[in-house]
Amino acid sequence: MGKNLLQKVWDAHTVRQLPGGQIQLFIGLHLIHEVTSPQAFEDLRRRGWKVLMPERTFATVDHIVPTDDQLRPFRDSLAEEMMSAIEVNCRAMGIPLFDLSDARQGIVHVVGPELGLTQPGMTIACGDSHTSTHGAMGAIAFGIGTSQVRDVLASQCLAMSPLKVRRIRVKNRLTPGTYAKDVILAIIRRLGVQGGVGYAYEYAGEAVEAMSIEERMSVCNMSIEGGARAGYVNPDSTTFEYLKGRPFAPSGAAWDSAVAWWKSMASDADARFDDEVELDGARIKPTVTWGINPGQSVEIDERIPSPSESGADRASIEEALQFMDFRPGAPVSGTKIDVAFIGSCTNGRLSDLREAARVVRGRRVAQGVKALVVPGSKQVRRAAEAEGLHEVFRGAGFEWREAGCSMCLAMNPDKLVGRQVCASSSNRNFKGRQGSPTGRTLLMSPAMVAAAALAGEVTDVRKML
Amino acid sequence: MKTTQIVESVSGTALSLRGDDIDTDRIIPARFLRCVTFDGLEQHVFEDDRLQSGGKHAFDDPARRGAGILIVGRNFGCGSSREHAPQGLLRWGIHGIVGVSFAEIFFGNCVSLGVPCVVLSPADVETLRAEVEKDPHAKVSLDVRTGKVSIGSKSHAYMGIIPEGARQNFLGGTWDPTGMLLQDPDQIRSVAQALPYTRAFSA
Repeated sequence: MGKNLLQKVWDAHTVRQLPGGQIQLFIGLHLIHEVTSPQAFEDLRRRGWKVLMPERTFATVDHIVPTDDQLRPFRDSLAEEMMSAIEVNCRAMGIPLFDLSDARQGIVHVVGPELGLTQPGMTIACGDSHTSTHGAMGAIAFGIGTSQVRDVLASQCLAMSPLKVRRIRVKNRLTPGTYAKDVILAIIRRLGVQGGVGYAYEYAGEAVEAMSIEERMSVCNMSIEGGARAGYVNPDSTTFEYLKGRPFAPSGAAWDSAVAWWKSMASDADARFDDEVELDGARIKPTVTWGINPGQSVEIDERIPSPSESGADRASIEEALQFMDFRPGAPVSGTKIDVAFIGSCTNGRLSDLREAARVVRGRRVAQGVKALVVPGSKQVRRAAEAEGLHEVFRGAGFEWREAGCSMCLAMNPDKLVGRQVCASSSNRNFKGRQGSPTGRTLLMSPAMVAAAALAGEVTDVRKML
Repeated sequence: MKTTQIVESVSGTALSLRGDDIDTDRIIPARFLRCVTFDGLEQHVFEDDRLQSGGKHAFDDPARRGAGILIVGRNFGCGSSREHAPQGLLRWGIHGIVGVSFAEIFFGNCVSLGVPCVVLSPADVETLRAEVEKDPHAKVSLDVRTGKVSIGSKSHAYMGIIPEGARQNFLGGTWDPTGMLLQDPDQIRSVAQALPYTRAFSA
């Protein structure tokens, strides 16, 4: 019986079994940012420990970064304090930091892959739940808390309990106007927001194999929204082509041996899985969330459910409908929006901006809608500008911002106000997530956000392509 | 090396928080993550939920202010990995959590802080909740060794589950694992050396 990728990576990175039965797992790449690291560094100092392998940690700034006025000191003194903390900590510990003056700065899960730091067969950890993103390259990547950030800094290891693997096969190709975001929203709707607890998700099947690395990242990114701590796609020729020539990717004679090793880490043809699920990619349609968790979604031609429809989730549906102030049974299409946000670690990459721009080109943002595009990294921003995408967006009435997490999570000046409804390409529609305690979020693909921005309401992007 | 304490049991009066899929953004809204220490987070636990429930939130009940045990529903602590959430709860006074299920990163963060999370069946959580809601003075105890949850002086206990790895870490005093992970740096280096990517794929 063969092994799956997770088992192979796990075996290759096991240091020892710990007395309590957990496994001490070596972490090949540690990524840090300004929000979840200061307390870890402080704890390290307090205990008199050093960073064991500073060459295996890379830092960037993203969550608190303002995307308009980036002059230092920041107007928000708390944000300024956090920025200073990561600068001081990285300097003291010898950790490279991609700060605002560095052309490589951006959202941690955009930066890692685009620099070639993220590679197949690696273990990766970061104090951020969307670390699962890096699984798109065939890495096993975990989101961790601050105490575990301290563990990795001190020992380059984590104490981990074993994970089961569920293979999710998406058969057949997607249809035009349907994207990776729709696939992961469909998966979470089917398996639930807690369905993945205890599992890593292996995404496979024709639809996934046909995806670019950036699309695979959108899928893996939201594994955590389905409860799965990690998600991955087996490395293949698409992965290797993506990596070739990136600054931290192997080159020259090392390239061939790297590809050979990466191939060897992919799941074997006869690998065993703890569970298997199949979806039909050809049947997935543009999907929109209507509720307060990413599992509460419908396809664009469906209606918002009523509490009486499904017994077990009655209380959750009632709570969501009340918070969103949506009428049960109303079509989701036609829901008025106030804000349109294109960006985030889920959908802030060049291909996302291209798809959105394809919809926007030659059209205008609806009156009264505040629309913004926030590239996931400085590199994405430069590449988009080289193609003239910024002009397409600006010309239509979108704001074109600097790189950062922006309106995904309300730790910077980009926030919803009051009861605003936001069509968002981000990953979470939790109550208050976008900065207003009563603000409302509708998750969808970047192309669908673009369509909503133009129409002033949720609409089927397929009619605009 | 710092040795952590053994956590064999936790007890105290309890607080019942209803609802499933309560995410960490709700436990600690993101604006309170703009800080470089965890100090003072207890003041902002469930801040937006509390404002919206007009003083009727479980964390606003004066009779529960000294509670040490939190009763929750399904998938508690989902979403963001922010340790600020369990840090805030711990600083508020919560030392143990009983629920139908827990999100994985939240659960792991709680272990790192020495806070046991015990899983009970939905029916048992409901009965325990009802008893707790009836009597603010009832003392709830979590036995980490057996996973049993008991209330008051009753002999009856609910059979709960703590995953084995976490249970051993509480009982062995290794829930703060850094010291343990650092015991053999040479072994760490040798595992690192054996991975081709740490040698830039050169032979």
